[in-house]
Order: sequence, then structure tokens, then C-alpha cells
Amino acid sequence: MPQVKRELLIDPLVDNNPITLQVLGICSALAVTSSLTVSFVMALAVIFVTAFSNFFISILRNQIPSSIRIIVQMVIIASLVILVDQVLKAYAYEISKTLSVFVGLIITNCIVMGRAEAFAMKNPPIPSFLDGLGNGMGYGLILMLVGFIRELFGAGSLFGVTILPTVNNGGWYVPNGMLLLPPSAFFIIGLLIWFFRTWKPAQVEKREFTIQTAEAH
Amino acid sequence: MGARQFFDRIEPNFTKGGKYEKFFPLYEMVESFLYTPKTVTKAAPHARSFIDMKRIMTYVVIATIPCILIGLWNTGLQANEAIAAGLEPTGWRASIAGIFGYNPSNPLANFMHGFVYFLPIYITTLVVGGFWEVLFATIRRHEVNEGFLVTSMLYVLILPASTPLWQVALGISFGVVLGKEVFGGTGKNFLNPALTGRAFLYFAYPASMSGDSVWVPVDGYSGATALSISASQGFQDLAAQGITWWDAFFGTIQGCLGETSTLACLIGLAFLLATRIANWRLIVGCLAGTIGFSLLLNVIGSDTNPMFAMPWYWHIVLGGYAFGLAFMVTEPVSASHTNMGRYYYGALIGVMVVMIRVINPAFPEGMMLAILFANIFAPLIDHFVVQANIRRRAKRNV
Repeated sequence: MPQVKRELLIDPLVDNNPITLQVLGICSALAVTSSLTVSFVMALAVIFVTAFSNFFISILRNQIPSSIRIIVQMVIIASLVILVDQVLKAYAYEISKTLSVFVGLIITNCIVMGRAEAFAMKNPPIPSFLDGLGNGMGYGLILMLVGFIRELFGAGSLFGVTILPTVNNGGWYVPNGMLLLPPSAFFIIGLLIWFFRTWKPAQVEKREFTIQTAEAH
Repeated sequence: MGARQFFDRIEPNFTKGGKYEKFFPLYEMVESFLYTPKTVTKAAPHARSFIDMKRIMTYVVIATIPCILIGLWNTGLQANEAIAAGLEPTGWRASIAGIFGYNPSNPLANFMHGFVYFLPIYITTLVVGGFWEVLFATIRRHEVNEGFLVTSMLYVLILPASTPLWQVALGISFGVVLGKEVFGGTGKNFLNPALTGRAFLYFAYPASMSGDSVWVPVDGYSGATALSISASQGFQDLAAQGITWWDAFFGTIQGCLGETSTLACLIGLAFLLATRIANWRLIVGCLAGTIGFSLLLNVIGSDTNPMFAMPWYWHIVLGGYAFGLAFMVTEPVSASHTNMGRYYYGALIGVMVVMIRVINPAFPEGMMLAILFANIFAPLIDHFVVQANIRRRAKRNV
């Protein structure tokens, strides 16, 4: 694979991650990450939608009139989301019930729209597809990390399999109830952003203000 | 002075260019704990004063002493009464307390029984919280501040006596790191770190932070707090349970380690007000908010929710109200900084406490959440006060 295409795939994972750097798609990252299975399915759904919406929008990009481009993009994205929703309802009904409205809300996920506007409208189909795939995977990576932490420490299990036997079931682990509540994902995503910025200092923004030191020796 | 000479001798090792330059915050911490800090305020907006951060923080710790003493005695009293009623003392802490007997009418036995629960929690808090403080101070090159002594003391006093020590450690880690250090340390935190840690535990481990069996550290004991009795049966029922208003005022009721005694909190508050560390406007605002809103709810009334009928003087003596009012509402960093804003900030807390206690059935106690809520709004309140002042002055000069 040529260098440029590989970058399209790899860049959004860490260096230009849609959640931790661009801070997009936070809403669903808070809502669906309480268990790893659900996060995984959600990640797959978003990867599918971003990749193919980018692909189809890119094919049509020279035919789409600029004044109604958002509507056309929405039609493509919405069709893909409905497809995902129907497949989930048919083959993974329990999970689709847990995901509830958040599958439908992929339509409004800023990452999907953002990539369509910013990349697919200006680039040929194959790079657009890769870009969508990469960004979907970047989103999925964070979702899986958050889901991993929340399910492991909140419920003592991974993918529903018990890892840390909880006190209620006769084990020793006292589950952390806060991790099962959506706000905990705020803290985890915040800490992940902190971690990423320490690891890659290039992601740190310039300070808007410097605080004057009030004391001196 | 031997120690002074010792510090002077080793200081060059820690200042710029010295061998242990990295550990300057550690040196500074020990030195300024023992001696007056050498730092003076230099930048613009500060007035010169005899008072420094160390003195402020020390005063707050001094102000908590009545709460600590009465809290320890009361914790032991509750435990010893439960044991006298027929429960077996269990665990290593209870066996240490057994040296002094389990006689609830012996003040020393009560005090020591409370002490064996207080001390391990306090030591855990100091060690774990102190570790984070020093770590951040070393990496971020700021100083370890006496503020941590205040945070740790307040944090311990608002925990139930039976809190497991590992939860104490987790809570203070969360409070110090996410409540304070990520924003840059003392003076830059917009939330109260002690309350942040407590709130974390409250949501993460509700089983050991709320309910009927956590307040008295004796296995098998179960008894509702005065607030949850009021929430389920109405405050009139407290008398039937043997709790008078004066019991609640002196603090011989169940509750967290140091928060039950309104009297002790008022003594601490009087000290803070006399030394001008607490601002009286915050107190006035908070009391006005509570009294006004609870009177309003009394008038509205409710057939299904007995809390509506609770008068304001009961609100003030129950739960964490008095402790929060004395030590948390008045915390200068996270409160509003403008005088006008302080009234609004206090009133917001006063109203929110009553609202959470009365109208939200999920939380019998609301002081912690109300203060954290108001913490977040404090900068906004200040903003509006400053803007109003700018508008007022602009009009004057048309």
C-alpha cells in the first residue's frame, strides 16, 4: 500500500483521532460504552457507515450541486444507517435494543458528516473510503478503550465474561458503580486525551493565557 | 537553632543548579511546614497583608478541631450504644477500642472507639493524597501547599466511619488529582477537592456511602439517619425515634465522622468569621436561601411527601448542612469572588440543598451536591456581577 493511503488509515487512530483530538462524536461515546459488546457493535456500525458514506459521496461528488449537497449527503448517510439498523434488528436484536436510539443517531454523528464534507467531497472514491475506514476505526478504538475500562471495573467482566468476580456473586471485587453511569465516560475520555497529549506533545494546543506568577522567592 | 542551620546548609542542593533540583517542592514543603514561608506576593492584584496561605490553611484546620473532638466522641458513642444493645464488636479496630471498654457512658471509651476509626482513615488520606500532591508538585514544579492539610481533614470528616480504607484512598486520589491538580493545584481548582472525592465515592460505591448500616461502625447494626427518617415518615416522627432538636444540634445522632454536631460546626464557623477567612456574605446568602425556600415549601405543602413540611431549623441541624456551611460554602477558592456574587452563590446553595432534600427522592442528603453545583456556577455569577458593574459605571459617564 502506498504511503499516502496508509496514512489515511493510520493517522486517525492516534495522531488525528476524531474523539480525542477533534472532540467529535462524544455523545454516543458516553452513551453506549457501558459494556464492551455494545461498544464493539457500535464501533462496527460507525466504521461501516463512515467508510461507505464517504465512498458513495465521493463517487457522486462531481454531480452533487453545491447548494443542496448537505441534503444529498444526508440521504446517503441515512440510507446506510437504516441498513445498519435493520441488520441489527434482524440478527442482534438484544444489542439493538441496548443501543436503542443511538444507532439512528449515527446519522447526526459529527464524524460521519465531518468526513463527508471535509474529505469525500474533494477526493476520489478509494482514498475517501480509506479515510472513512480510518476515522471510523479511530472512533471505534476510543469506544473500545472506554468500554473496556467501564465494563471491567464497573461490572467486573469483559464481553459479558466474568473477569473479576464481584462481591454480589460471592467474589472479592467491589464494582465501581459510577463507571456504569454515562458521566464516567467523560472522566475516562478526559484522561485518555491527557494520556494522548502526554504521549504526542504535538497535539497540545497553544495556551490562550499564561497565568502570571504571584509569588517569588 | 539546629534545624534552621540544617535547612540553610542543605538548601543549595535543592535550588536551581543544585544536585537535587528536582526535589525542591519536597524540600520546600518540609521547610515551610516548620518555618514561615519565604515567598512574598509580587504580582499586581494582591494587597499586602500579614496573612499568607499557610496561616489561612492552618486556621481552617484549627477551626475543625471542635468537629473532630465531638465527632470522635459521638462515633464512639453510637458504636458503644449499639454494642451495649447486644451487638458483637467485630474487627481489629473494635478490639483495640475494647482496651478502654465499650461503656457508652464513659467519655474516654467513646472517644477512643471513635479514634480507632478516625486515625486509620486520616493516615490513609494523608499518605495517598500526599503522594499525589508531591508527585504533581515535582513534575509540574509547583509547591506542595498546606491546602492539602485542609482538604484531607475535611475529606475525612465527611466520610462514614465504616468506610473501607481502600475506598478512602480511591476517593482522595480522585479528589486531589481530578478535583485540583489537573487544573494547576491550589487556588486554581474550581471544585472543592474534598467534596469531589466524596462525590466520587458516593456514586461509585453507594453501598458504603449511604443507606442504613454504614453510619455506625458495628457489624449488623442498621438504623436510618435522621434525614432518611424525615424523608420516609416526616420530621415529626423523629421525636418518636428519640431524636430531639437539641440532640441534632449537639450532634448525638448518626452521621459521617465529623459532621453531626451543629454546635461544633458553629464554633468553627465563629472562629473562621472572626479571623475573616470565611466571608459572612456567603453565610447570609446560604441561610437566606434555605430559610426562604423551605418556608415556601412549607406553605405549598404536599400530601405524599412529608419533607415538604420540614421547617428550616430542622434542615439546618440535620445531615451535613452545618458542616458544609461552615467549611465548604466558605471555602474562598471555589466560591464567588465578588461581594455581590457571594450573596447569590450562598443563596444558590441554600435553595439547592432544600430542593434536593425535599423534591428529589433519590437523595436524602443534598449539601454535597448543592455545593458542587454552586462551585460550577461561581465563575458565571462573578461574570454577571462584573458585567453589571461595568454597565452601571458606563451609564454614569454618558
